[in-house]
Amino acid sequence: MDMSLYPHAVAMSADEFMTWSDAMINDLLSSGMKKTIDSLTGPIWAWGMKNSMHPLHWGLACCALEMAAASAPRYDAERYGMIYRSSPRQTDILLVNGWISKKIRPDLRRLYEQIPNPKWVVAMGECAISGGPWYDSYNIVQGLDQIVPVDLYIPGCPARPDAMIDGFMLLQKKIESYFDRGVTMED
Amino acid sequence: MDAEVLQSPSVEEIVSQFKAHCPCVEVTKTETRRVYAKVPSENIFKVCQFIHDNLTYEHCSTVIGVDYIDHLTVVYHLTNYYSGVMIELSADVPSEDPHIDSVTPIWQGANWHERETWELFGIVFDNHPRLERLLTPKTYEFFPFRKSYKLRGWE
Amino acid sequence: MADSIVPVKEIEEKMDTDKMWVIMGPQHPFSHGLWTLKVQLDGEIVVDADPIVGYLHRGWEKETENRTYPKIIPMADRLCYAASMTYTHLYCMTVEKALGIDIPEKAKYIRIVADEVCRIQSHLMWLAAVGTDMGNLTVFLWCMREREFFLDLNVKLCGQRMTTNFPRIGGVRNDTTELFDRDIIRTVDRFEKALWDIIYLIDDSSIFFSRMKGISYLTREQVANMGMTGPAMRGCGVDFDIRRDDPYDNYDKVDFEVPVETEGDSYARYKIRIEEMFQSCDIIRQAVQKINALGKNAPYRLKVPSRVPAGTAFTRLEDPRGESLMYLVSDGTDKPYRLKVRSPIFTNVSTSKAMCVGCRIADVPAILAQIDMCLGETDR
Repeated sequence: MDMSLYPHAVAMSADEFMTWSDAMINDLLSSGMKKTIDSLTGPIWAWGMKNSMHPLHWGLACCALEMAAASAPRYDAERYGMIYRSSPRQTDILLVNGWISKKIRPDLRRLYEQIPNPKWVVAMGECAISGGPWYDSYNIVQGLDQIVPVDLYIPGCPARPDAMIDGFMLLQKKIESYFDRGVTMED
Repeated sequence: MDAEVLQSPSVEEIVSQFKAHCPCVEVTKTETRRVYAKVPSENIFKVCQFIHDNLTYEHCSTVIGVDYIDHLTVVYHLTNYYSGVMIELSADVPSEDPHIDSVTPIWQGANWHERETWELFGIVFDNHPRLERLLTPKTYEFFPFRKSYKLRGWE
Repeated sequence: MADSIVPVKEIEEKMDTDKMWVIMGPQHPFSHGLWTLKVQLDGEIVVDADPIVGYLHRGWEKETENRTYPKIIPMADRLCYAASMTYTHLYCMTVEKALGIDIPEKAKYIRIVADEVCRIQSHLMWLAAVGTDMGNLTVFLWCMREREFFLDLNVKLCGQRMTTNFPRIGGVRNDTTELFDRDIIRTVDRFEKALWDIIYLIDDSSIFFSRMKGISYLTREQVANMGMTGPAMRGCGVDFDIRRDDPYDNYDKVDFEVPVETEGDSYARYKIRIEEMFQSCDIIRQAVQKINALGKNAPYRLKVPSRVPAGTAFTRLEDPRGESLMYLVSDGTDKPYRLKVRSPIFTNVSTSKAMCVGCRIADVPAILAQIDMCLGETDR
């Protein structure tokens, strides 16, 4: 039974739906409960989360202007479900788009820990990936992965808005495969 | 001494006013709309007071520190809003125990510039209302822009 | 305050209340950049404010001491990323002054065009931020749409949208392309009509008026003494614009007016930037005509030596945000000895205390939006 068809259940004809749900109920009764529920609901979570990625409304430096341009009319990230939220408690994604100085480092770590699970971290721009042009500075952390675990790197200096949207579509693939193992208690 | 107040002095007028009222100021160079001068660091407050009151220089553009290894220099750039003529004053301070009078009582705009110069070079501005670290974290204890401090990889 | 039946003030004075410090911290939707503003509140009125900057400090000036002169041009772009062309222009002017050379006429006019395009797109970014702060998201979308057309012009000129790396020491990187003058005149014509649409949207809204008019008065003496420069200063009555009063790079050969208001409140500072956008369109038209008059084969770049003779030099420029200045100390080698950047927002942010005290906490984002911050140049 193909659970990835779940969202399209509304488009099935009556016969198709009967055969499909019969197979589902059989599966449920024969195998373990949790495993089945996981395999049922995992793709639903994935479909929901990947189409409503909510990054934190936080701009650090130059790449932040390209992030703003990505939600502008020409590149329009909102059609992918990306709405910026002001409070870290209501977001999924920490998008870091500038160089990280030692003064902001504790606040960045605190923001990361304030975002509830499941969360993803995106490093946008050369400065967040590896320190960028400021490689010899006394005040700059050489890369975001020294502080938090990073899921996606978007290169560019500054990363064009279409590069950022392309990166987020890759993140959608990563989110899909994240729930393949099912939903656990810590999510 | 009672000097007249000039609102929009030209370069020649400024040079002659300095000669008449502030003999310690040594004008090194003049260009169109620019006057470059050297001042001993003890007299900087009186000279700046004169420039503010009598020559109507209402705006202190910037206070810069430079590290020439045997001495440090503080450079002031002052602007007149009526004539567009800028005055550059430079004052030398010794490397060990550098102190100079703050011009914050005259121009409030110099407040953060002097704070930044202290934090990056170590030049102490006497009578500054709040000489604390501004740009670097409070735990730093070194003065980054001195020539003795080298960035990583550039020994 | 409005009159009310309950005698609020008398009750408040009898109550034993504390003043509270609210930290509008580094992550804040209205902060337009990475800084903190601590405000001390007595009820709803702000009685003290303390800005904290330095979250983006990278030691830019120290890093330039380890790079050769041409390598600093892309670094200068990333000082103020919203108005990047003006900082590279300023840097190239400073090095050219230290070298003592005069660049070709065509390069000066191309630099003027690039500067004014940069000014318009920076002011559009500011207007988008003002719209978001006041809660009007339509203004944000319309301004960003217009800004995209000016970024297209940047792409046609030099290939990059934002941090363009276009001016060079001795001129500019390349000549204007084939149909650039047609494209730029079309964009400017279209923009003037679209800007009137945006202005009607804002001026007809009583919310914008009541949130900007009468808020945060500053007198001319205060502004001149505190070191505030740029459109915010001209909104308080100081009639000074570096392009007109201390001209550089052929700005004395183009005609334009400098808008000045004497009111001194937020609404005056807002009106100045709108008028500056219209004046920039005029300047662009005149400069493009002059470039065409010089012809296709006029030189646009000089070869310059890699070593700069020992000495000091400084130049200043009218940034979209105020007066920016660069001071170069060179020692005869191919790397600078000391390069200092004076950014206008550094002093404008220090005036946020004087601007916010006495207003209500809900007005604070609207007031700060008028400073038009770009924290990359503050912290350098």
